[in-house]
Amino acid sequence: MADLTTDFLGIRSPNPFWLASAPPTDKEYNVRRAFDAGWGGVVWKTLGEEGPPVVNVNGPRYGAIWGADRRLLGLNNIELITDRPLQTNLDEMTRVKKDYPDRALIASIMVPCDEESWKAILPRVAETGADGIELNFGCPHGMSERGMGSAVGQVPEYIQMVTEWCKKYYDRPVIVKLTPNITDIRKPAEAARAGGADAVSLINTINSITHVDLDLMAPEPTIDGKGSHGGYCGPAVKPIALSMVSEIARNQATHGLPISGIGGVTTWRDAAEFMVLGCGNVQVCTAAMTYGFKVVQEMISGLSQWMDEKGYTSTDQFIGQAVPNVTDWQYLNLNYVTKARIDQDLCIKCGRCYAACEDTSHQAIGMNEGRVFEVIDEECVACNLCVNVCPVEDCITMVQMDKGAVDPRTGREVGDYANWTTHPNNPGAAKAAE
Amino acid sequence: MTHSPRTAGIAAQRLSAEALAQNFADLHPPLDGHEARVAADRCYFCHDAPCVTACPTSIDIPLFIRQIATETPEAAARTIFDQNILGGMCARVCPTETLCEEACVREIAEGKPVEIGRLQRHATDRLMARNDHPFERGAPTGKRIAVVGAGPAGLSCAHRLAMKGHDVVIYDARPKPGGLNEYGIASYKSTEDFAQREVDWLLGIGGITIETGKVLGRDVDLSALRSDYDAVFLGMGLAGVNALGLPGDDLGNTADAVDFIADLRQAADVAALPVGRDVVVIGGGMTAVDAAVQCRLLGAETVTIAYRRGQDRMAASVYEQELATARGVRILTNVQPVAVHGNGAVRDVEFEFTAEIDGRLTGTGETVRIPADQCFRAIGQVLEGVPEGLKTEGGKIAVTGAGRTSAEGVWAGGDCAAGGEDLTVTAVAEGRDAAEDIHATLIG
Repeated sequence: MADLTTDFLGIRSPNPFWLASAPPTDKEYNVRRAFDAGWGGVVWKTLGEEGPPVVNVNGPRYGAIWGADRRLLGLNNIELITDRPLQTNLDEMTRVKKDYPDRALIASIMVPCDEESWKAILPRVAETGADGIELNFGCPHGMSERGMGSAVGQVPEYIQMVTEWCKKYYDRPVIVKLTPNITDIRKPAEAARAGGADAVSLINTINSITHVDLDLMAPEPTIDGKGSHGGYCGPAVKPIALSMVSEIARNQATHGLPISGIGGVTTWRDAAEFMVLGCGNVQVCTAAMTYGFKVVQEMISGLSQWMDEKGYTSTDQFIGQAVPNVTDWQYLNLNYVTKARIDQDLCIKCGRCYAACEDTSHQAIGMNEGRVFEVIDEECVACNLCVNVCPVEDCITMVQMDKGAVDPRTGREVGDYANWTTHPNNPGAAKAAE
Repeated sequence: MTHSPRTAGIAAQRLSAEALAQNFADLHPPLDGHEARVAADRCYFCHDAPCVTACPTSIDIPLFIRQIATETPEAAARTIFDQNILGGMCARVCPTETLCEEACVREIAEGKPVEIGRLQRHATDRLMARNDHPFERGAPTGKRIAVVGAGPAGLSCAHRLAMKGHDVVIYDARPKPGGLNEYGIASYKSTEDFAQREVDWLLGIGGITIETGKVLGRDVDLSALRSDYDAVFLGMGLAGVNALGLPGDDLGNTADAVDFIADLRQAADVAALPVGRDVVVIGGGMTAVDAAVQCRLLGAETVTIAYRRGQDRMAASVYEQELATARGVRILTNVQPVAVHGNGAVRDVEFEFTAEIDGRLTGTGETVRIPADQCFRAIGQVLEGVPEGLKTEGGKIAVTGAGRTSAEGVWAGGDCAAGGEDLTVTAVAEGRDAAEDIHATLIG
């Protein structure tokens, strides 16, 4: 079995699976159970400043999107940071870290955007023995209305400023957690790095309304006839998170900045995808909230099996391996030509490929006698929609045309690599040539 | 319970009241809302879907299933009833395994079709439970049409005609409307008086009168109907049964399976129905299976279906055959009856083994006697009393196009008309299509 031990910012954990700062990590009882179940690390539910604890709504805190058979695909929440006294959390963290020295324990923090507030809390957190801190600049609901959470995360200058305070008053690793509710994720990441952050973690949750109750005419979750946007997470947000992670990983100004990947990690494969895009580890919340702490066992066994099969003996051998292959559209090879191929032995004759292509794409699939569906190469632009809608795995595949072969659609020979930057139709390219 | 399955001869109450109630409960309990949505999610929403082609009434199955998936079963039911006003009964009795579900691409892909029949029942049950009729009658046309037979063909025809604004009078020979839905289907397929409830619901369209106890040729005749009405639709089914024509087939405790099935359906309490300890059912179709299975459910100790050809030639679907064997019915094939023996009442039935050589069935000379306290004939029904002046084809009323008979102004459909399988759903399609043709002919 492969060694899953990870070293993230010098923080060692037996595996790369950490529980994200969220309801599952709100107290000692849960965190001990999580560690006993096998989680490699925990980011404690966000701590607030000393004083009267925050209050939460007393109606529903979560909304959800389901697939068939109520498989939970997306979850949103309007819960705030911990609503327990600061000292209670600190005492519990101290005990837990002492009893689980081999596990990562990170303190998530959200206090008002002034130096005094940070200066006040950081030494107290340090006393707990926590391995590092994570700055919650991400929560998009509730706390953001009070100038914290995503209200900070949306202003790069604030990110840099607060990160600098933290580096000044705290001597262990500082992770900056980013909000996705921003146009360009690279800017807050650059600000974090400029402020001295040791790492960024992303994504926090996305502004969302999961449903609208059509009787009450109110968003869900509904509190006494009203609703507020919540933070969206779970499997549905993974593609957004992967893209944002990749942007930071390949951006020159942030390249090499350690990343803790968050956003819909549900299986070992999700985790592996985040890690090959540059994440040193992953943080999980919704999967645990849906299935309980035991899910980590599948993540551990799955990642180990995959590493064994691929010959990886440690996680650092594959972290970031896919980053060089994330590029801009303009560099994609326009002479890479494929055609859809339908395996008639696997085809079950549902005709979804035909309906999709005929109605919404390029009329490149013919429906022949006996419901035999065949690709018309003269029309096929290789869009992949037929592959995506086909219910049978591997029934439709994209087959690459050999160099030198003539594409029956364009009548042109398949040539060597060439991209948009040099394409004759590109006005920019033409100008450069003049 | 005064008797047991081992009580000799013919006896009622072979099983406890609880066992009987369980045996005659719904064969397929309805899907609840969540089950239906999960089942609906399996539908691929095929292009030009094979299931629709396979449905004699051409229900838009992918559409109604998607309507269930989006939690609008009432809209789904409307999609079904647009094509098949007896979609509720068809959901219960259609041999879906040889129709829509056989054609389902998931049957081909994984041997497990989308449960179209049960989904159809889910949708139709939901709408019918609301107790309001989903269709509105058209403006009165002043045309009057006579329909003979209140079975699936007649009811379907009458409903479509009423929708068009015509006035319809249905004449039916039996005391209750419904035809085979009421008298000819195994009890566990139509529970809680569904056939009558469905007729009542269907009549909600208005403009339809049913006169029961009126036999064509006895109480009403075709020539009078032709002169009294603007058009006539004949959908009286097959009232006669084929006889064995064997020595001893008039002995006591021999009967037609269709009568036994009707008695079961009309029984206020199945516990009162006597059944033999050893029962033999001769035939290989749905009627044979319905009779044989219900004999077992009543507590018969041994029940044998005896069919003259090989099992692959049985008219009963494989699904029905498996239903029978799962209920403990033995299916004996390649045996043809040669005599019924007994002294006053049947004691055993003698069969000769057969072989099919070059498509011809021949006796092998070897015989076997199967003990029987009761013997049912289920070797097919025939049309009785074809009205004069109507051409026939293969013993049924000859039709062209949408059920046009050789007599002007007279249409026919369902089992009494030539062509098409003798299925409820086929009868519904034929009645509906004849109604459209009648309407087009009368209104132009």
